[in-house]
Amino acid sequence: MTEPRRAIGLRAVALQTLLVLAVAVLVYGAATNAAQKLAKQGIVAGFGFLSRNAGFDISQRLIPYAAATSTYLDAFLVGLFNTLLAAALGIVLATLIGFAVGIARLSPNLLARGLASAYVEAIRNVPLLLQLLVWYVAVRVALPPAEAPASLGGAAFVSQRGLVLPRPDFSGAAWLVPLAFLAGIVAVGMVRRRARIAAETGRPPVRVWLPGLVLVLLLPGLAWIGLGLAGHPVALHWPARGPYDVEGGLPILPEFAALVMGLSTYTAAFIAEIVRAGLSSVARGQGEAASALGLSRGQALRLVVIPQALRAIVPPLTSQYLNVTKNSSLAVLIGYPDLVHVFMGTVLNQTNQAVEVVAITMAVYLALSLATAFLMNLYNRRVTMVER
Amino acid sequence: MADYLRSDLVAPRAPPAAVGGPLGWLRRNLFSSLGNTVTTLLILGFLAWALPAAIRFLVIDAVWTGASGDACRPDVAGRPVGACWAFIADKINYLAYGSYPAPERWRPNLAFALLALAAGWMLWLEAPRRDLGAIFAFLAFPVSAYLLLSGAPSLGLAPVATGLWGGFLVTIVVAVVGIVVSLPLGILLALGRRSTMPVVRVLSTAFIEFWRGVPLITVLFMANVMLPLFLPGDITVDRLLRPLVGIALFASAYMAEVVRGGLQTVPKGQAEAAAALGLGHAQSLRLVVLPQALKVALPGIVNTIIGLFKDTTLVSIVGISDFIRVLEASRADPRWSAPTIPATAYAFAALVYFSVCFGMARYAGFIERRLAAGDRR
Repeated sequence: MTEPRRAIGLRAVALQTLLVLAVAVLVYGAATNAAQKLAKQGIVAGFGFLSRNAGFDISQRLIPYAAATSTYLDAFLVGLFNTLLAAALGIVLATLIGFAVGIARLSPNLLARGLASAYVEAIRNVPLLLQLLVWYVAVRVALPPAEAPASLGGAAFVSQRGLVLPRPDFSGAAWLVPLAFLAGIVAVGMVRRRARIAAETGRPPVRVWLPGLVLVLLLPGLAWIGLGLAGHPVALHWPARGPYDVEGGLPILPEFAALVMGLSTYTAAFIAEIVRAGLSSVARGQGEAASALGLSRGQALRLVVIPQALRAIVPPLTSQYLNVTKNSSLAVLIGYPDLVHVFMGTVLNQTNQAVEVVAITMAVYLALSLATAFLMNLYNRRVTMVER
Repeated sequence: MADYLRSDLVAPRAPPAAVGGPLGWLRRNLFSSLGNTVTTLLILGFLAWALPAAIRFLVIDAVWTGASGDACRPDVAGRPVGACWAFIADKINYLAYGSYPAPERWRPNLAFALLALAAGWMLWLEAPRRDLGAIFAFLAFPVSAYLLLSGAPSLGLAPVATGLWGGFLVTIVVAVVGIVVSLPLGILLALGRRSTMPVVRVLSTAFIEFWRGVPLITVLFMANVMLPLFLPGDITVDRLLRPLVGIALFASAYMAEVVRGGLQTVPKGQAEAAAALGLGHAQSLRLVVLPQALKVALPGIVNTIIGLFKDTTLVSIVGISDFIRVLEASRADPRWSAPTIPATAYAFAALVYFSVCFGMARYAGFIERRLAAGDRR
């Protein structure tokens, strides 16, 4: 009976050798063709172009950038940070909306259930690109013109040119405020650790949520007030109506607002479905047993149902977070200067370094995907059931 | 008499609040608690504000006929103006076919009819001879549709350059090419990822994870600038073909993962039983494993197709005249400049995409329920 097995083995080796050869020929052919054509166009291969002067302006930048002095590498970084900012904000908002809608889909209230279902079906079945156009074009048309911005309580202004918020100035001694915020986050981590140890050793339970919220909000608030009392108040730059436009403050580009709104409302519909499926996956008896033990509905949700549902929610939630990051590249449509718009658009057109630019951009997204997948896997391992 | 005995009857309790009938239904579903009542009232308030406004915009204040944007301008019409459906009516041929020559429009129509036949044959599970249907849908239909649309002088069909194709026609072309390529390729990749041959497995896995890790936009940009670079000599790639290649490869990776999920649900015993009956590896796959796997994967496949259909809109960014792009071009027509044109255009586009995607989603749900019913037996 060794005969057929060897035949299969031989066939497998032959097939795999052929496959490797085919891939090698394909890659070699493509590479030589590309090299020839690039040489004919007089393009020098390599990443040297990154240190050349970029010479174009970018409308939103989180790091210092000036058209006259900055390089293509700087432009790349500006685009990357813009992508990350939009993705991070989109993820936070999409999670909040998505959980709310997902829980509403299981609400005992018929109207809430119906409204949540209508939201999910309407949003899921219309392309994101169209929704971005709606936010950027149709919603913006309905806003007041740039010459006459609408005031939101005098503190912020909204017009077709975007949103202007008051801008706190964290230079000088005021950097203590963000520092206090970070300290609050660290303190919450310590409280959580104590809570876990208490739970594991059977000591009385330690509350996490309320003290955590207080720490994160109170510490920066105290720092803010303390600085004010000490005579170094945090400066707030209030926006004000100027002759042509709103002046001062923290301007939010309409492109950015449209992208974040579109991304978060779109992804929220998918997250809502994930949350609903996760909550329904928890056996009915779990909630009933919790209420038999005297837990209230909120306690039962928080202590019994949601921890079990998270096991079903986290893996698909991860891929939705990845989707937000990848979908943020649709920014190119409405002109938000994200990585694809700045690098694959403007830089590619200016330098013609197609191979390098495409390779770098794709590598960034691949790295982001892999990193997110890795972090979520770590978390997932922590929430999976420990089988005894 | 002992203290623990009652001397008088307990007073009867009040009758329970209505639990049956319409009142009880209302109480259970809408007013079961204080929070519930507040929610109900808030939502009712929202609906009372939003629904009349939407109906007024879409129907009552809408303009149904007119030859130019003037009909939809409030200052000319002398009344508040809602959706400008006259604009859609005027542009409908452009939205459907792009610049496809008017006398030849029967050709896309015939191709649409063939598509409907292919889709019906594949999706109706009790249809006769579905094996022939598969050959028709994945071989005969794509070839005949290509000949119809781009023309074949030997058959008396005048050539029509792809640059003239546009609108919903191109959206359908992109989606159909994506489906027709990605389904077989996805099955191959899924099998490859589960293969015992290490080279096949690693290459399939790398291929799948690469396309799934990058955004479609970057794939389309890559296809646009790099496909011409990779080909030898002066071969030029059709402008429409470039994004098609990108979309097909991209969709294959997602399709592969869905099919792999289906393959994982087929118990190992099935393949072992097939081998015990004397079927070879290929026979066992074709006759035993794949039919079961694809049946389970069908809802996922339809969901991937929905995603693919929505993703076709991205080709408008790389300059292909798909439905969205011709819609934007129509919107920019100065003859039709009126304040509600953008909202009208997007409402129409949303309706079109929603009907297609929602229909497919309902079909996927129907299959899923059927499968679940089969499992319960």
